[in-house]
Amino acid sequence: MSGKTLYDKLWDAHVVKSREDGTALIYIDRHLIHEVTSPQAFEGLRLAGRKPWRVDSVVATPDHNVPSDASERAGGIDGIVDEVSRIQVKTLDENCEEFGIVEFGINDPGQGIVHVVGPETGATLPGMTVVCGDSHTSTHGALGALAHGIGTSEVEHVLATQCLIQKKMKNMLVRVDGVLGEGVTAKDVVLAIIGKIGTAGGNGCAIEFAGEVIEKMSMEGRMTVCNMAIEAGARAGMVAVDDITIDYVKGKPFAPKGAEWEKAEAAWRDLHSDADAKFDVVVELKGEEIQPQVSWGTSPEMVLPVDGAVPNPAEEQDPTKKSGIERALQYMGLRAGQKITEIPVDRVFVGSCTNARIEDLRAAAEVAKGRTKADSVKQVLIVPGSQSVKAQAESEGLHKVFVEAGFEWREPSCSMCLAMNSDKLGAGEHCASTSNRNFEGRQGFGGRTHLVSPAMAVAAAVTGHFTDVRKLGKA
Amino acid sequence: MKAFTRHSGVAAPLRRRNIDTDAIIPSREMKRVSRHGLGEGLFAGWRYTLPGGREPNPEFVLNRPEYSAASILLGGDNFGCGSSREHAVWALAEFGIRAIIASGYGAIFYTNCVRNGVLPVCLPDADVEALAQLVESDPQANPVAIDLERGEVRCGTFCKPFEMDSASRHMLLHGLDPISLTLQSDAEIVRFEGARRARFGWAFSPLKSNASEGSQDVEKMKSTES
Repeated sequence: MSGKTLYDKLWDAHVVKSREDGTALIYIDRHLIHEVTSPQAFEGLRLAGRKPWRVDSVVATPDHNVPSDASERAGGIDGIVDEVSRIQVKTLDENCEEFGIVEFGINDPGQGIVHVVGPETGATLPGMTVVCGDSHTSTHGALGALAHGIGTSEVEHVLATQCLIQKKMKNMLVRVDGVLGEGVTAKDVVLAIIGKIGTAGGNGCAIEFAGEVIEKMSMEGRMTVCNMAIEAGARAGMVAVDDITIDYVKGKPFAPKGAEWEKAEAAWRDLHSDADAKFDVVVELKGEEIQPQVSWGTSPEMVLPVDGAVPNPAEEQDPTKKSGIERALQYMGLRAGQKITEIPVDRVFVGSCTNARIEDLRAAAEVAKGRTKADSVKQVLIVPGSQSVKAQAESEGLHKVFVEAGFEWREPSCSMCLAMNSDKLGAGEHCASTSNRNFEGRQGFGGRTHLVSPAMAVAAAVTGHFTDVRKLGKA
Repeated sequence: MKAFTRHSGVAAPLRRRNIDTDAIIPSREMKRVSRHGLGEGLFAGWRYTLPGGREPNPEFVLNRPEYSAASILLGGDNFGCGSSREHAVWALAEFGIRAIIASGYGAIFYTNCVRNGVLPVCLPDADVEALAQLVESDPQANPVAIDLERGEVRCGTFCKPFEMDSASRHMLLHGLDPISLTLQSDAEIVRFEGARRARFGWAFSPLKSNASEGSQDVEKMKSTES
C-alpha cells in the first residue's frame, strides 16, 4: 500500500462518518465569516430555530464592504456612505452579538481581510480544517491546513452541525523545482501555474504545492500561491508543514502555548506527503523558467511573461478558445500582437487577500523608494490587508515611501479587488492589480484588470505602462 | 429545498468557457442580506446597457424574444468558476433557471446549485454544442427535457444520458434539507468532537476564554478598540 498525501492525512483526520453515497461528514475546526456571505446563513438558523454547534470555532471580521478611505472609515459603520454596504456590515455585528461570536469589528485593531487575519492571529493553524464563505479560503492551506471556500448554504450547514458534507477530491501535485530568478515572486509562480494548467486545470482536485521553490518560499509567499488555487479550479491548495511553518505560527495570539505547543508541534510535523504517496495528477514547472507575469485577458489563465505579446486569435485552432480570445481582446481594448510593455496603465491597486501582507508591502516599497507615480497614472492605491499589517508597515516607515511616491495609503479592506466598496475602476480603465481575478467587470463595470505581483504593480505605477521590474535600474 | 425530478423548458445558449460568478451576478448587484430580489441582477453586466441600469441590452440572449421564459442554460466549460457567492445561484433560481447543461462547473458553484434545487447537468462539450445548434433553429419549438430519475437529456432526436454523483442526485430528487440529514448523525459528531478535543486540544484554541495566555493577547488587541 502506498503512503498518504498531505491531503489524505488531513482528510482522514477529520472524517466523522463515511456515507454510502460516497460522501463523508468532515469535521470543521475553524469557521471564518465576513459580512457578505453570512447574513442569509444566520437568517436560515433563525428560521429553523437552530443555534451554532460550537460558537468558539467561529471568528468574524468585515472586509468586503468596508471603506479603505480614512475619512469614510473614521465614522465606523455609520460612516459607510453606501446604504446597503452599511447594512451588511451592521448585520454582521448584530449576528455576532446575538450568537456570541468573536468579531473584529470595522475599526478594531484585529480587523482585516479575513484571509489575512486568520493566519496572522493564529486563528487558523496547521492540521485544521478551515472553511469560509469565500473562495479564497484556500489561502490557509499554506499552513498545512485543509481549507476551502463554501457557499452560504454550507456556511449555515457548518454553523448548525460543525460538519461539511464532502466528497473526497483527487490528489494533484504541483512541483516547482529549481530556483526563482531575481524579481520573480510567489505571485508570478502561481500565475505561471494557472497559465500552464488553465482555470479548470485543478477542477475536482486538492492541490499540494511542493518542490524547491515552494520549500524556500516564506509563509506569506505560500499564502499567495495557495490563495489562487481556486483560480486554477481547485477548491483547496496546501503546502507541507516545515520549519518555516512552525516558526511562523509560534507566538501568534491564538496559537497554542507551553506544553500544548509541544503537543501541537509534534502533530504538525507529520503534515507532509509520505515519500511513497501517489498523486492522481502531477504537474511540474522549473523555477528558472518563470518570468514576471502579467495577465492580458479576462480569465487568470490568460497570462504571459512581461516580455510577451498579446495572442493572435487567428493562430488558435480551437473555435471556443478562439472566440474567447477575440472577446477578451475586445473587452480589454487590446490588439493581437501588442506587446505587454506597451499596455498603458490608468490605475494601480496593491492589496487584496492575495498580496496585502507585510512582505508584499515591503516589496512594493522597495520599488517605489525614490521614484514617483507617472503623470499618466490617475491613482495608486496601497491597501494593507489588516490593521496589524498597517501598523507594522507604518512602524517601518513604508507608508511614507508610498506617500512620497504620490500613492494613496489606505485602511485595511478588500478595496478595489471586487468593486463592492467605493474603490472601483471606471469603464475602459486599465489597472495593474495585485488581486486575483481579472474577470469582466470584477473591479468595476467595464474595468480592465491585469494581474501582477506587488513589485510589478509599482513598476507600472512609476512608468505608466507594464515594465519588467528587473529592468527598472537604479532609482 | 425544491426537488428536481423532471423539467422541460426553453434552453438558452451561453456558450462561453469560464463564465464566472461575477458575470452571473456582479458584486454591485449582490448587496443584500436576504436570498430574495437577486433575479434582477442576473447577468447584469451583459443583460443591461449600463451598470446599475435596467435598460435591456437587446443583443443578450436572455433578452431576445425567441428565448423568453428560458429555464435552462447551455453553458461552456468551467461554468460558475470564481467567487463562492451563492447569490449567483439564488439569482438564477429567482430568474426561473431550473437547470444548466455544461461540460464542467466551478466546484463551489456546483454545490450551491444542488443546495438550491438547480440541476447542474454534465455533458461533453460536443454534445452541449450539438444541443445548442438544435435549439437555436427555433428555441420555443425545441424545448429541452431533462429527466433526473432516468439521467437523460432530450430534445427532438437528441437523447444523451448523463451521470451525477449519487449524493447530489438523491438530494435533488427528494428536495432534502442537508442540515436535518446531518443532524441525524449528531451523536457521532459529538463523539468525534470529544475524541478530537482530547487528542488535539490546540485545534480548539480558546478564542474567548480568559484562562489562556493567548486570549490575553486577544483581549489586548481588542481593548484598544476605537
